[in-house]
Formats: sequence, C-alpha cells, structure tokens
Amino acid sequence: MLTSKGFEAAFSYWQLFLQGVVCTVSLSALTVVLGFILALLLAVCRMGRARLLRILAAAYVELFRATPMIVQVFIIYYVVFNGVKVLPGVKLFGFIRFDRFFPAVVALALNSGAYLSEIIRSGIQSVDGGQTEAARSLGLNAVQTMRFVVLPQAIKNILPAIANEFVTIIKESAICYTIGVQDIMSAVNAVKGATYRTGEALIIATVLYFCLTYPTSKIIEHFERKMRRGDIR
Amino acid sequence: MATSDKLIQVKNLKKHYNEGVIKAIDDVTVDINRGDVMVVIGPSGSGKSTFLRSLNLLEVPDSGSIIFEGVDITQPKGPDGKKLNLDVHRQKMGMVFQHFNLFPHKTILQNMTLAPMKVKGLPQAEAEAKALELLGRVGLADRANAYPIQLSGGQKQRVAIVRALAMEPDVMLFDEPTSALDPEMVGEVLDVMKELAAAGMTMVVVTHEMGFAREVGNRVLFMADGKLLEEGSPEDIFEHPQNPRLKDFLSKVLR
Ligand SMILES: Nc1ncnc2c1ncn2[C@@H]1O[C@H](COP(=O)(O)OP(=O)(O)OP(=O)(O)O)[C@@H](O)[C@H]1O
Ligand SMILES: [Mg+2]
Repeated sequence: MLTSKGFEAAFSYWQLFLQGVVCTVSLSALTVVLGFILALLLAVCRMGRARLLRILAAAYVELFRATPMIVQVFIIYYVVFNGVKVLPGVKLFGFIRFDRFFPAVVALALNSGAYLSEIIRSGIQSVDGGQTEAARSLGLNAVQTMRFVVLPQAIKNILPAIANEFVTIIKESAICYTIGVQDIMSAVNAVKGATYRTGEALIIATVLYFCLTYPTSKIIEHFERKMRRGDIR
Repeated sequence: MATSDKLIQVKNLKKHYNEGVIKAIDDVTVDINRGDVMVVIGPSGSGKSTFLRSLNLLEVPDSGSIIFEGVDITQPKGPDGKKLNLDVHRQKMGMVFQHFNLFPHKTILQNMTLAPMKVKGLPQAEAEAKALELLGRVGLADRANAYPIQLSGGQKQRVAIVRALAMEPDVMLFDEPTSALDPEMVGEVLDVMKELAAAGMTMVVVTHEMGFAREVGNRVLFMADGKLLEEGSPEDIFEHPQNPRLKDFLSKVLR
C-alpha cells in the first residue's frame, strides 16, 4: 500500500510533476482567455438582433453543454487536427509538445466558451432594465450604455461564477493526458509505469491540483469581497 | 410662458401588445406646446406610461408619428435623408422614472457627469461644476461624493431630476415620480418640480397627485383603455368633467 519508500520513489520523478504543473497552468490560463473572448462573442450573438446568429449561438452552447468533454477533446484532436499530423512539432518551454497542447487548448476553450457565455448573458440580464432606459434617455448610445452602465454592474454580479469556471477548467483539463498532453495526470501515468507506485503518485497529483484550485478560488473571493465593499462604502 | 409653439406633436399614435389584444395606446393625437405643464391622469393600465415612454421612443409605437422640434423621430430617416440618430433627439428629452434608476456603481457626481461628458463631450471640470451647481439648487451639493444607496428615496429622485437637467433638455418627462416614495418625501420632490415649472420648463407628468395637477398643470389629459378621452385645463377636468369614465375616476381618487 502507501509507504514512505513509495513516496520517495514517486518523488524522484519530481521534475515530471513540475512539468505537469507548468503544463496544467498554461493550459488552463490560455483556455480561460480564449474561452472568455469566445464567450463574449457568443453572448453578443445570442442577445443581438440577427435571428440567424441568435440561433447558431444558442445551438453551439447547447451542443457543447450536452456532450461529454472527452468526446469533444477526441473530436478536436483526432478529427479536426487529424491526430497531430497537421501541426508543427514545436516544444513550448522546451518540453510541452505543441501538437498535443494546441488541440487541447482549442477543445477546452470551445467547451468553456459555451459555459462562460451563459454566465455572461445571465450577468447582463441580471442588470435592471431601468438602467438601460435611464442611460438611453440621457442620450447615451447602445455601446456607451453597455460599456459604462450595464457591463460594470454585470461583471460584478458574475465574478464568482467566472472564478468557479476557472477552477473547473483546471480540474477538467486533467482529461487532456488522454491525447498525450504532459500535464499533471500524465506525470502520474509516467510514474505509475516506471515505479508501479500508483497510489503515491495519485496522492501527489491530488495535492498539486488542490494547491492550484484552492488559492485561485480564495484570491477571487478576496477581490469579490473588495468589490462588494465598494458597493456599500 | 405658454405659447402656441408646438414642441411635440403626437399624431394617431398606436401601440398594441399580444397581437393587438391589448391596445396600450389607441389612436392618440395631441400637441405639446413649449412651456406646457401637461399632466396625464387615468386608471391603472390605461396607457399613461406607454404614452410617455413613446415620446422619447423608449417604447416604439406600432403606427403614428411623434414630431419633436419639427423632426418625425418615428421615421428611420431624418429630414436630411440620412439615418435618423435618435440619441441626438433623446438627449433633449429628460426622463424621470418611478424607481429613480440612478447608476448604483457611480457616485452622485459621476451619475450627473456621465452623459454630459460622454454624449456632449464636455470637459470633466466643466461637467462637474455644472453638476454641483444643479445639486446645490436641490440642496444636495454636500452629497456629491455619496453613492445612490446612501440617499433617501426623496434625495434619489431629486438627483434623478437634476441628472436629466444636466443635459439641458427642452422637455422633461415624468412617470409617476413620487409613487415609490414614502409619503413624507413626496413634498420635497414635488417642490423641485414646481420650481422647474415656474422656470418655464416644458413638462409632461404622469401622476396620481391630483393636487399637483391642479396647482401646477396648465393642461390635463385623461386616458382610459389607451384612449385620450378628455383634455382640458385643470379647472375643466376637475370642476366640469364631461366623460362618465372621468367622472367615475375622479369620484374614486378625490374622496
Ligand atoms: N411590455 C408589455 N407587454 C404586454 N403588455 C403591456 C406591456 N407594457 C404595457 N402593457 C399593457 O399595456 C397597458 C397599458 O400599460 P401602461 O403601463 O401604459 O399603463 P399605465 O396607465 O401606466 O398604468 P399604471 O397606472 O399602472 O402605471 C396595460 O394593459 C399593460 O398591461
Ligand atoms: Mg405606469
């Protein structure tokens, strides 16, 4: 079972775990940025006046929310990028294989874009319609109204949900080891193969994931509290 | 101040909801002259708000026209043949809402300077000086750096009024400005409106304050079921009502 010898053996591969952490963090951070941009576009389409765009955006969101993540990752990797053959074999930070990493980022971003767009949409809709009416009756145009009146209030409302999504991405990115991304889970796999210390490797991975997600949610909670204090002042 | 100079001409205005089942405005035609203080009364659901909100096109009518300062703002194109820029006309119509609709994330001063700076391009210093002067007029200059949540209802509504005035509108539209207030705060808001009327501002006021209608209004409109059923001076409407619906309405509100 779990022994200190076993942990020693697993720890001797600390470089793999470190690489795994770097990989998981870059993967999640890139996903959030790209996912957020996609989400803004989707939210604008869904609330816009063009019927076709509204329908397409809604269909996209429903599709990505109603299918398993692993299926999406496999489709992006094996079908869209044709199992790496179309991508250059560059290595990021000297070790992250771009031909595995990039499809993973695309798949995760497409998925979280769907979730984030719903969060953004609900945030915008949570702002009282009277705010828009007041702004428009003062002569502000639609874009100014969104920028100066609606969005600042919406973002405050949805900050916790966005933080939640970030934590979710860190956790769900673990699936990407199945297409050969060298993240924390892939380190576990390598250590398992080399030392047969599966339990120890998994516990190390658990601690690492916790150390990534817990501070993330705490940091955002802190900002949230600060913003809420600004409300009352 | 009242002249025959027409500021807003409303012609055959119609607005339906639920495929025409609800006729919120049913063929209303009326002129609003410069300097008028027009009070709109009527039972709940009679279309008063819809009428008022149509004037600055917050509510887009199904048919009819709103001619504001000579321009039909219901048309997609302006008199110059170019696409009509509604925002240009809207900024000349101030609007005050039942629920104030101050921007909660901005200070009172920021609430007041946002539109003058972003829409008119006024420099910050100028916009702030003007805002402080207006706030002083309603006795709230010392609250400039407070947030809306820190003000009482009456104070919020006074800010909402001067926020609209900061854009130097040609007409002010009020939709039940005192209905959401505690009774002891109604007076302070009505006083501000009275001063505004005395200064010659053109006003359209939807209200249940019959005292205000009598005292300050020069014209009263009575609406029911989306129709403009009777129009006249306060004396005509309150002392010599003609329409049975109006008589019935008055007997209920003037107990
Ligand atoms: N967005 C809407 N959808 C459907 N019906 C509406 C809508 N807005 C207003 N109505 C209906 O139109 C009619 C007129 O409404 P309006 O709000 O103009 O009345 P009002 O005279 O202002 O009433 P109150 O004194 O209660 O404010 C009502 O029957 C109302 O239910
Ligand atoms: Mg109303």
